[in-house]
Amino acid sequence: MATDTRVILICSGKGGVGKTTLTANLGISLARQGLTTAVLDADFGLRNLDLLLGLENRIVYTAQEVLEEECRLDQALVKHKQESNLCLLPAGNPRMLDWLKPDDMKRIVNMLKEQFNYVLIDCPAGVEDGFKNAMAASKEAIVVTNPEVSAVRDADRVIGLLNTNAIKPVQLVLNRVRPRMMANQEMLSINDVTDILALPLLGLVLEDEQVIVSTNRGEPLTLNSVNSPAAKCYLNIAKRLQGEDIPLIDPAEESSGFGSKFRRLMQTKIF
Amino acid sequence: MAMTLRDVINKLLRRQPASASTARERLQLVLAHDRSDLSTELLDQMRREILDVVAKYVEIDVDEGAVSLETEDRMTALVANLPIKRTMTGKIKLKDPKNQAEENPQETEDSDQNS
Repeated sequence: MATDTRVILICSGKGGVGKTTLTANLGISLARQGLTTAVLDADFGLRNLDLLLGLENRIVYTAQEVLEEECRLDQALVKHKQESNLCLLPAGNPRMLDWLKPDDMKRIVNMLKEQFNYVLIDCPAGVEDGFKNAMAASKEAIVVTNPEVSAVRDADRVIGLLNTNAIKPVQLVLNRVRPRMMANQEMLSINDVTDILALPLLGLVLEDEQVIVSTNRGEPLTLNSVNSPAAKCYLNIAKRLQGEDIPLIDPAEESSGFGSKFRRLMQTKIF
Repeated sequence: MAMTLRDVINKLLRRQPASASTARERLQLVLAHDRSDLSTELLDQMRREILDVVAKYVEIDVDEGAVSLETEDRMTALVANLPIKRTMTGKIKLKDPKNQAEENPQETEDSDQNS
């Protein structure tokens, strides 16, 4: 039995910023480090975590059947094909509207805590009931955002709610970073976002076309394409979660050659 | 405000500034409002009332006066910047806790009666 299970909410406010991709890749990365990990898809209305993990055809039961004692927990848990330390638990299926309550969430997470080192909760978008239910059983949170005004604004709303509910630590993952645009000052910089949101940065993830390819296949990047830029970022985030001191990638270093030297010169603060 | 070499060149060439700084400024403004839950109308009403109060004591430049919300490190502050044209010396005396009665003629009369 795992006694010091970490229950982490992965949330963003805005949809489409990369919550589910982060959950899937962190799940794989942590499992690879030998940590038993459960990923809970709290977004049962529009669930997608199963698809990203390539487990969509293996779901038989959900958390709801477990709570209604129609099946045992281990029957509902879907073990990953290649990473046996990783299990998926869908909260429900899209047919069930309005079933999940904060107490349900607490009960199911307590059951998961019995046998996992990590429980990652993939939160639905929005700041309404779905989010509040998902938050009910979490101790700490990772807020995912993109360097775009709408994503940062929504992240700020979510951070406000997390603070009110005494969830801490809350850490930031800045996703879909484009080094070239940042260098040209046509994208909010890393400091801009961390200053505005006032959160410690757990990591940044570089924009990477391979993310789409991996989604097509249902194989998270961290599983088979560990050398792709985004996969390295995800692996680093998992290591930092485990307390390893991994330096952040400097986006300016990512674009090299004369062009980047010039762009760095142009970024020089002169007054 | 920090300026980069690119900003200066853009300024010299009268080009639009790079969009990141625009994004940063717009975000800071909208978040200050989001966090304080104050609408533009409420803020404007508050601004007018603050100006009225201040105008009782000093002559201010109403057109230049600005009341805004500023945010740093998740703390939002109400910042008023009110250029003073001149103080209204003689019309209103400063509050003196020992001798408050002087400020209000009505009260002065009362105290006169009492003594």
